[in-house]
Amino acid sequence: MGAFFDQYLPTWLAYTLAGLIHVGLIINLVAVGALIFIWLERKISGRIQDRLGPTRVGGKFGWLQTLADGMKLLTKEDLMPEGADGFLFRIAPYVSFGASITAFIAIPFAGGDYPWIAQRVNTGVFFVIAVLGLEVFGVILAGYSSASKWSLFGAMREAAQVVSYEVPLGMCAVVPVLLAGSMDLVVIGDQQAGWFTNWFIFNDPATFITFWVYFTCATASVNRAPFDLAEAESELVAGFHTEYSGLRWSFFFMAEYGSMFSVSILASILFLGGWHGPIPIASLLHVDGTYFGNLLGCLNVLFKGTLGVAIMMWVRWTLPRLRIDQVMATCLKYCTPIAAVMFLGAALWQYALPGRNFFGLSRAPAAVYNVSEGWSAGANAAIEKSAPVETVNAESPTPVAVVLTQSNRGG
Amino acid sequence: MNQIYWPSVFFLIFGALACGFAVAVLLTANIVRMAFYLVLSLAATAGLFFLAGQDFVGAMQLLIYVGGTLVLLIFGVMLTSQERFVSMKTMAGDWLIGLGAGAALLFLLVIAATSVPNWRGRDAAEVQQMQVEKTAAPIAMGLLGARVDQINEPAQANIVRSGYLLHFEIVSIHLLVVLIGAAYLARAKRKPASVPTT
Repeated sequence: MGAFFDQYLPTWLAYTLAGLIHVGLIINLVAVGALIFIWLERKISGRIQDRLGPTRVGGKFGWLQTLADGMKLLTKEDLMPEGADGFLFRIAPYVSFGASITAFIAIPFAGGDYPWIAQRVNTGVFFVIAVLGLEVFGVILAGYSSASKWSLFGAMREAAQVVSYEVPLGMCAVVPVLLAGSMDLVVIGDQQAGWFTNWFIFNDPATFITFWVYFTCATASVNRAPFDLAEAESELVAGFHTEYSGLRWSFFFMAEYGSMFSVSILASILFLGGWHGPIPIASLLHVDGTYFGNLLGCLNVLFKGTLGVAIMMWVRWTLPRLRIDQVMATCLKYCTPIAAVMFLGAALWQYALPGRNFFGLSRAPAAVYNVSEGWSAGANAAIEKSAPVETVNAESPTPVAVVLTQSNRGG
Repeated sequence: MNQIYWPSVFFLIFGALACGFAVAVLLTANIVRMAFYLVLSLAATAGLFFLAGQDFVGAMQLLIYVGGTLVLLIFGVMLTSQERFVSMKTMAGDWLIGLGAGAALLFLLVIAATSVPNWRGRDAAEVQQMQVEKTAAPIAMGLLGARVDQINEPAQANIVRSGYLLHFEIVSIHLLVVLIGAAYLARAKRKPASVPTT
């Protein structure tokens, strides 16, 4: 987009404008997304508890309820405890919100040759996971600076939880990277083009299990019930945001809903084909690669992300909250070992049955292999040439061979 | 306006942020604020890496250094939570020793950075010609034992071409040993009966 504006405007203005448009779109996605998700959460929780949920504001279905809540929060007094560390107390909500929207910079909403992405990062998976881990800073600062026991307890619980759940989360995210041979989210999404049989979740039994482990860990790392110990009402008043009111409090909530949305979109790109639907509508209509095709893909990603968020809500209103020791046991005794074994399983499966997908039942279409990172074709040829060099490392574990197979077929 | 070389401007911005927050770490007495400024300083350093086109190193900086400071922050909170907002006073003698050590390190780094010909600055025209490899794949292949970036080098460089697999393995074993050691040290030393059961 910057290059487009550059034709008509001075360079500095063109790139500033392009950057502002990207940032504006992302902030709006998070903010408007939070509006919709809070309404959705009220409706879903209402239905699960055999109520109607909001019905009045905005005519049918109470769809303006969140806006009314926002107005209420805006007019609330901005309180700060007397003993609080003012600077950190004020800045903490922005730290959380900033980390939450930064993750969207590297998340693509449509693929192909001209992906819809604010900034294409070639290690996108890694970047998104690294940035999502930073959201906990805001929570710890909030808990510490509030000068309240409840806040501090909530913050320390959250810190322990997020730090431990990052390990299995990262291990699960590595499995699609292994299958795609790239950490670029655009490449990972485009390798699952076509019918749902090409989705990585259906690639083999190991990836199928990995997806569910990923989803559990993602729910835990964004502090949703049943893992929302940081704000356990029954024990800690409201956890880390006990002392917050008004708009600052709502920033924490926008950050939470933004993170839920981003981990769900990440799940959809890593395992559920991203912008490639269960049925390849765009290519059946012969519009793939065009603007309209990208729009369809974008809607597809947003729908899958919303579906993920809705499932998190369903889980929240169904399961009781865990105790802190149960949360730690779930992470260290179940999620981490399962993720490690599934990583090994996916690597061995890929080694035994290269080029097959859908649990090894069908042959992956050749077009999928033509998606590559674009790092010089010469390097790919050079790897093939250098096969004798590889045999020197023959005693090294199988992942070497797997990765080499992956990159060879990329050329 | 096009005379301005914008990457340099951003380099100066990120560099100033990194240095400014580093100084703020020194001048703050509160340990949690210190950790917060350290986070900002390290994040600005990650911005420098992104500016240089090294996304992988930048994300690594965010994950390891910024995430590592998180643990520091937690310990800061845990150790000072007995007495809230504890402030740390630095003695005059400590300032002197610290300044001396810092100046010696800075001197060494400046000497090293300016004496290597390859590290001298390039002019803008030369930079325009450079092609940054926009992928982490060569690094990953190097860690797995195949230096794809040096594949066209003459054959006698076989040792170099075998990559970083051995180093990688040594570091992994080290980390494993450290992890097992930490788990051993941190394990409860009480009798099983007094441990609450889940």
